[in-house]
Amino acid sequence: MKKRIPLVITFITGFIIIVSFFIPHRPFGQLETETLIWYAIIFAFTLIIGVDSLVRLHVRQIRRRKKGWWYSIVFFAGFFYCLTIGIISIIRTPNPFQPGTAFFYGYETILIPLQSTMFALLAFFVASASYRAFRARNIDATLLLIAAVIVMLGRVPAGYKLWHRLPAIADWIFDVLQIGAMRGILIGVALGAVAMSLRLILGIERTYLS
Amino acid sequence: MIGNKKDFWDRITSIKREIIFTIIGIVVIVPILLGIKEEVQISPPVKSAYEAIESLDPTDVILISIDYDPASMPELQPMLKAILSHAFRKDIKVIMMVFWPLGLPIGTEGLGEVANEYGKVYGEDYINLGYRPGDRAVMIDMGREIRHFFRSDVNDILLDTYPMMRDIHNYNDIALIVGLEAGRFGEFWIQYVGSRYNQRIILGVTGVMAAETYPYLQSGQIEGLIGGLKGAAEYETLIEKPGFGLTGMAAQSWAHIAIVIFIIIGNIGYFMTRRKERRVRIKGRKE
Repeated sequence: MKKRIPLVITFITGFIIIVSFFIPHRPFGQLETETLIWYAIIFAFTLIIGVDSLVRLHVRQIRRRKKGWWYSIVFFAGFFYCLTIGIISIIRTPNPFQPGTAFFYGYETILIPLQSTMFALLAFFVASASYRAFRARNIDATLLLIAAVIVMLGRVPAGYKLWHRLPAIADWIFDVLQIGAMRGILIGVALGAVAMSLRLILGIERTYLS
Repeated sequence: MIGNKKDFWDRITSIKREIIFTIIGIVVIVPILLGIKEEVQISPPVKSAYEAIESLDPTDVILISIDYDPASMPELQPMLKAILSHAFRKDIKVIMMVFWPLGLPIGTEGLGEVANEYGKVYGEDYINLGYRPGDRAVMIDMGREIRHFFRSDVNDILLDTYPMMRDIHNYNDIALIVGLEAGRFGEFWIQYVGSRYNQRIILGVTGVMAAETYPYLQSGQIEGLIGGLKGAAEYETLIEKPGFGLTGMAAQSWAHIAIVIFIIIGNIGYFMTRRKERRVRIKGRKE
């Protein structure tokens, strides 16, 4: 029973989603929407599990005084700050992101700079990694290196100034070589997803039950 | 390297990270501080996106979905502002909605700023529906009735109180969807709304996502694609309204050149070191 009920739920929901894609009318269309709403609700619960696991992990870090344990204190400071001002802002206004609320203040002065900084750091790491990794060690690496340099220069105005045909070559690499490879990957991923979905719906794949 | 002593070629194959970081920092910051704007060439995907909006009438409505957060703001916010400027200039009505909760303030800020610039009235010319969880469920059900998920706007005021929304119920009343994407929601728009409701879609995506979005453009599932900061700069050029996209492009241009120079230096050093090692080996064998 413990295994049969989840298998039946998986089969019914999977069946509804597949059929409603081809017959989006009543009752399948409606059932599909209901199923997706349930998905959103269950997803919200997984967030709670995520928070629980995160809190446990950082409590353990602090208790055992593991290396970098004080980062966990920073985590708790941020966590409780967001939680407190989030709840206060929701009580006071329907939209906690409205300018003037404490939540918005935290968002604007802490979150935006932090997220932007994290993303901006990528530029530095990409530069350093490109310098170290793009070495013409063999033919494959050389081809990758040449393509990377052409695309890097062809996608910026400087490339056009260097040689006016460079953007066209970069576009060709993008439109022909890259799309061919990317389409292959996308089709492969899609076929894999279809196969895995069928295994789940038909109850062949049961590892998620354990 | 002979013993522990590093020669010139060894040194240029192992330039310290700090030096690379400093140079990249300089080439990124200087053009932005100086406000240098570089001319960009218009690519067909961005031109198609521009033409999709250009083809609309003043009575038409576009739906802009903010599916990004501050991390992708430098690339996608200039796109949002450029598209809004284009739409408002043509008196097209705009509905904005958000699937990434942290994108709500930046989307609201962008919408408010451009709407004020063009003297647009909230509820008559544009509306902000705010954030709703449930992504695919919301997308699908909006094809039946927007009010199923959005009974009220971002300020919790019923949609029917706004004159603009009285005749807008589902995708039949929306001429074009503009998805500004930093994640997978662009694919959801294509799969769940484009294919099912035959809805016209254009996407604005981050630079790293452009590669995987191109196949959808080539297959005709999206009408236009604005990729990364370059796409934003191209759109700004098309609407003749330079903004951060074009300023950022100068920084990106310089940074790309710096990276290419580093790659060339690294490879010269690599080949010279190899040559030197080979000579030492041959010499050793002869001895």
